[in-house]
Amino acid sequence: METSVATELRLGLPGRDESEAKITSVSNKRSSSEMDDSCDPQQESVAPAQKAQVVGWPPVRSYRKNILQKKAESSSDGSAMFVKVSMDGAPYLRKIDLKFYMNYLDLLKALQNMFKCTIGVYSEREGYDGSEFAPTYEDKDGDWMLVGDVPWEMFVTSCKRMRIMKGSEARGLGCL
Amino acid sequence: MAYSFPEEVLEHVFSFLSSDRDRNAVSLVCKSWYDIERWCRRRIFVGNCYAVSPEIVIRRFPELRAVEMKGKPHFADFNLVPEGWGAYAYPWIAAMEEAYPFLEEIKLKRMVVTDESLELISKSYKSFKVLVLTSCEGFTTDGLASIAANCRHLRELDLRESEVEDLSGHWLSHFPDSCTSLVSLNMSCLGSEVSFCALERLVARSPNLRTLRLNRAVPLERLANLIRRAPQLVELGTGAYSAEIRSDTFSNLADAFSACKQLKALSGFWDVVPSYLPAMYSVCSGITSLNLSYAAIPSSDLVKLISQCQNLQRLWVLDYIEDSGLDALAASCKDLQELRVFPSDPFGAEPNVSLTEQGLVSVSEGCPKLESVLYFCRQMSNAALIAIAKNRPNFIRFRLCIIDPQAPDYLTLEPLDAGFGAIVEKCKELRRLSMTGLLTDRVFKYIGSHAKKLEMLSIAFAGDSDLGLHHVLSGCDSLRKLEIRDCPFGDKALLANAAKLETMRSLWMSSCSVSFGACKLLAQKMPRLNVEVIDERGPPDSRPEGCSVERAYVYRTVASRQRLDMPDFVWTHDEDSSLRYS
Repeated sequence: METSVATELRLGLPGRDESEAKITSVSNKRSSSEMDDSCDPQQESVAPAQKAQVVGWPPVRSYRKNILQKKAESSSDGSAMFVKVSMDGAPYLRKIDLKFYMNYLDLLKALQNMFKCTIGVYSEREGYDGSEFAPTYEDKDGDWMLVGDVPWEMFVTSCKRMRIMKGSEARGLGCL
Repeated sequence: MAYSFPEEVLEHVFSFLSSDRDRNAVSLVCKSWYDIERWCRRRIFVGNCYAVSPEIVIRRFPELRAVEMKGKPHFADFNLVPEGWGAYAYPWIAAMEEAYPFLEEIKLKRMVVTDESLELISKSYKSFKVLVLTSCEGFTTDGLASIAANCRHLRELDLRESEVEDLSGHWLSHFPDSCTSLVSLNMSCLGSEVSFCALERLVARSPNLRTLRLNRAVPLERLANLIRRAPQLVELGTGAYSAEIRSDTFSNLADAFSACKQLKALSGFWDVVPSYLPAMYSVCSGITSLNLSYAAIPSSDLVKLISQCQNLQRLWVLDYIEDSGLDALAASCKDLQELRVFPSDPFGAEPNVSLTEQGLVSVSEGCPKLESVLYFCRQMSNAALIAIAKNRPNFIRFRLCIIDPQAPDYLTLEPLDAGFGAIVEKCKELRRLSMTGLLTDRVFKYIGSHAKKLEMLSIAFAGDSDLGLHHVLSGCDSLRKLEIRDCPFGDKALLANAAKLETMRSLWMSSCSVSFGACKLLAQKMPRLNVEVIDERGPPDSRPEGCSVERAYVYRTVASRQRLDMPDFVWTHDEDSSLRYS
């Protein structure tokens, strides 16, 4: 079932088809009642083209949304913070906008996706010990630092570029 | 026959009755008991500020000391109630100023409170002690300054989740040096920085301070000094929990925490730097309530923290905890009673964390005292819900939110009727239920047959026809609050169960199939129900009568059905002309 959906050609955003179909079916049921279709704007409000248009859904209080939408706000203030990211063994470098991420968790997940590697979990004592790769960055003083040691905001402002180190080199850095 | 029991004796007996239900029952026994009871009632709770008027309350209860009241319906939390709808506190505050000079407590939820109201409170009551504003709005930090400056015996100032216009942090400095009575201060919803010196001095001169919830602007470096001045704290909400990693900051903090032998509840934790979490480990074994719902902490760090908290009873957390973290929770926290898992990325199209129905199943298996759950996730199955119901028949509150509102059982693609059916069938003490997912009329049949103790039900994007609503209204004997959005429920079920609505506090229906004609009919049939049509498209009679209204809010009331503060997008029954809505 999954593969046939994946190979289906379609225009429009992925992952939305099923839910769209369901929402349209609700409004179809409504139009089959005695009510006059033409005066019923409910159909518009119930059959949104995108999930984001449904007011009050998911039912998350606005102060919770604000905390988590810090991501959107920081990119809307105009300035981006692009840094080069290299990975040992990869043929070319990538560039990412540090302001796009909210915290180390988001950044590491993105890096893992981008480079198809496993970086693992940070710990103050062991660094990324136990995993094949360690993310490092060059700071304003020109020193190579382990990603994760300093608070996120401090990291974003002091990071000039990043390098994902591999293997034994990484472990060396971790036990300094 | 003369009634031989002196009033004073009866009053004394009644003074042992604290529950409203008991006092209400007592007042129905006979006229003289009604009279005695009303003169000695000190606290009231008004669940819907429009169900009664200030005049009626004051006339019946002349000697109140504590008033607790709720305003807007629950769905206002999700922006479904338009701005300006109502729930103004001022008329109540103004009326009570004259009537209750000895008022000590005001607790409001989902009401609009102005600075004017706050100033009036601060100046009217000589022994005012407790102000709790939950999810309120309409006031600024200037209003707080009045309270701080004028309430000499203030014990509690709790601004839980209110929306405050934050003009400056200066309000805190208005607490006079003579104010030493504070027991609870919750300013976590505020944005501005307060003067840290003023805060430290306030904490230092409040020996009875039990609850201190700081706001995000209080940096971690300041926390140790604050806690040191209040080692008797029972509930602490930190500010931002991040700082440069320095061993002196860490040890300072750890020392301060270790002096707090009574700490039971922790919250706050904005911008967490996980390396600072171990500073709290010394208090973890006593912690019963942990609110990490603002903290973006990876699952592994969460697990390390939670596994220290073996006496945990309540956990609020983001879905960063993932299934693996919930497994660990189930293994370590056998006293867990309440779990809330909030979504870190509610609007994302794809899951950003590995949290599924499995996490909830684990917790329901491992935690025998679990009775209250709020769970956001992206997939659910009937099998999981059935397992959860079997594991945990002691649920009192079960609120499930699947991000995709009409998601079917992801394994079988069937509706989730059977799963929720199992929940209501097995959990005989269930008082509150929120459902999501693909649901047909069948689930409502199960609810109507089994959920006899259900008091509050929330439904969204569910059902096929009026029959669904009819099952609920005719079957749920204990139902008090029903809130529905985007369901094909309409006139027939509503009118057939009109009498039921008077036994409930309120019914909310938005984006359903309720017609204006039915609203008028309902209001005519039931003189003690206020049927509010809330519609921003203009007068309902400018559209055909069969047209659905945007929102209908129906509640029982002994006050006038034409409230004076109605905005222009609300229509109710016009008492003078029974066939015309004004």
